[in-house]
Amino acid sequence: MSLQEAFITYFNDREAAINGQGETSWHQRRRAALSDFEKLGFPSKKNEEYKYTPIGRALEREFSEVNLANTSFNTDLVQELLASVIPADVQANQLVFVNGEYQPSLSKVISSLEEVTIVPLSEAYQKHGQVIDQYFSQQPSFHPDSFAALNTSIAQEGVMVHVPKNVLVETPILTYFISDTSTGVSVASPRNLYVAETGSKFSVVESFYTVGGAASYQNVVSEIWVQPNASVHYTKLQPESAQAYHTGTTEVYQARDSRFTAVTVSLQGTMLRNNLNIVLDDENCESHMYGLYMLDEKSHVDNHTAVDHRKPNSFSNELYKGIMDDNSKGVFNGKIYVRQDAQKTNAFQSNANILLTDDASIDTKPQLEIWADDVKCSHGATTGQIDEEQLFYLRTRGMSKEQATAILLRAFAGDVLENIELDFIRQQIEQVIDTRLDK
Amino acid sequence: MLKITDLHARVEEKEILKGIELEVKPGEVHAIMGPNGSGKSTLASVLAGREDFEVTQGSVEYQRQDLLEMEPEERAREGIFLAFQYPVEIPGVSTTNFLKTAVNQVRQHKGKDPLDAVSFLKLMKEKMKLVDIDQSLLSRSLNEGFSGGEKKRNEIFQMAMLEPTLAILDETDSGLDIDALRIVAGGVNALRSENNATIVVTHYQRLLEYIVPDFVHVLYNGRIVKSGDKGLALELEEKGYDWIKETADATA
Repeated sequence: MSLQEAFITYFNDREAAINGQGETSWHQRRRAALSDFEKLGFPSKKNEEYKYTPIGRALEREFSEVNLANTSFNTDLVQELLASVIPADVQANQLVFVNGEYQPSLSKVISSLEEVTIVPLSEAYQKHGQVIDQYFSQQPSFHPDSFAALNTSIAQEGVMVHVPKNVLVETPILTYFISDTSTGVSVASPRNLYVAETGSKFSVVESFYTVGGAASYQNVVSEIWVQPNASVHYTKLQPESAQAYHTGTTEVYQARDSRFTAVTVSLQGTMLRNNLNIVLDDENCESHMYGLYMLDEKSHVDNHTAVDHRKPNSFSNELYKGIMDDNSKGVFNGKIYVRQDAQKTNAFQSNANILLTDDASIDTKPQLEIWADDVKCSHGATTGQIDEEQLFYLRTRGMSKEQATAILLRAFAGDVLENIELDFIRQQIEQVIDTRLDK
Repeated sequence: MLKITDLHARVEEKEILKGIELEVKPGEVHAIMGPNGSGKSTLASVLAGREDFEVTQGSVEYQRQDLLEMEPEERAREGIFLAFQYPVEIPGVSTTNFLKTAVNQVRQHKGKDPLDAVSFLKLMKEKMKLVDIDQSLLSRSLNEGFSGGEKKRNEIFQMAMLEPTLAILDETDSGLDIDALRIVAGGVNALRSENNATIVVTHYQRLLEYIVPDFVHVLYNGRIVKSGDKGLALELEEKGYDWIKETADATA
């Protein structure tokens, strides 16, 4: 059985087993998504959106023998990982998912229930049907994506955050999606739903890790609703591992006067694909998209972003940076749409890359489609090596080549990393840069 | 301290240094003057270890070591400092942060303990006065958006922090107004001692009124064609370089 067939069978088995949910509005959406997936299949070679990232073939090759129902894992390994990445003194809401399943014993919610709803999605289906009905899979999706459709059809678990009107959630929400492959390959389809109602604010971090020696695949969708005058800070971290495959779509909807910031950091993976789609559906919205991909060995990371300006007077700013070492490969595609209605739009995009070896590569492509005539838009892409003159300057002050390189790369990454809200996370990434250069 | 013998260097196929001879002893200040394109900056760069230049012949001995065998950072740790003609801008790295690494690197090399934050700040405050540089400038990205004068002052400030044995000032005076020149020269003079030496590379005699050299050498067409005391600089100021060129071309 191919992996695609396995997913479809999995859907049918699950559908037969769900009680009482079969007639819900959201289950109808799942069913519709499955038929979309059946029609689309994994993207083929000819699919322009996946031209540089032929992940469909790779997944069929790597995961043909997977048992999707098997979610067992090694508790010690996972606890060890969590202990190494979360400092003991961090005050945060923490939700942990391993091989797709929620782990209550490894999770804790410290924000009060009156303040905010933070629950696993399975619980939300049972207890928060109204929110699910209103928001689940209701994003005005701009690009039909087969992986997103697949996720919608079979995803059962993930996190749901619902922040009521005018509530400012001060405690960050940390979510961990861990693949444990110590007993064999692991496939999971997490699904997250974040809603910031009018005038509210919160910050969430999604981290993706793989432990164990076999291959992992996570196919993720996160939907984010930023209602009028609300503010959301979203960080997606992919420390991952050399055996990790990932397809992820983050769909963001912004209403009037809202603010949204995304920071996406990818450090390792066989093939990782991130789609970030933002719809600015009203006036005076502000969006920031920051990305850093720092890759080594044979890692391959593809970031596709699309920002859709639909109404006048909004602002979007995008800065993605890449550092590619060894044989690694980066892909960046940034789309900006400015609709005819969206006069006085300011939209900026920049992608800068450093290749540390001759075998590393980057494919970068800005795509601007502008129908309005009174806008300010700019884009730029650069690719180069470490600046020899800067390197020499630092060396004449006594720094070794490695130290000087690390300083320059940290500075290069700095204007992306400074947007990460939590210090301990930023420091962990800086440490990775330093250790990579020390090897 | 430094002995340069028959030094030849080229960049790509072009030979720029064609047999430099120079000896510098502790406590001395040597001025290297010469017309544009004579090889002055190349000499400074070769001494600091810039890899764009290939040394094809000759030797450089520094404190009884083969300087040409050393990496740029080893030379720095052994006390060589190059003040750049065009200091490099490094976005995202503050002078303070990078100097802390540099100073401690040099200290570690000399077997001293690294400075803690408090002692480092104290040292910085003291040296800042020397070149009249502002704290806010040092917290900004290194040289980014600095004026020409600020960049040169920052070079001398770094030199003060690193306390080199042999300082090489590559056209530190070019582009400076007289006030900035006085400040920079004052900084250099304050650091002079009987144990260290300075090589001042300059196109203009003006700087030498403030940093008084023990020896003046004229570099032309890759060779030192004339050496003398500070009187030579005055003579050059008066007569220009043409008479040197003519004499040199005639004997070549």
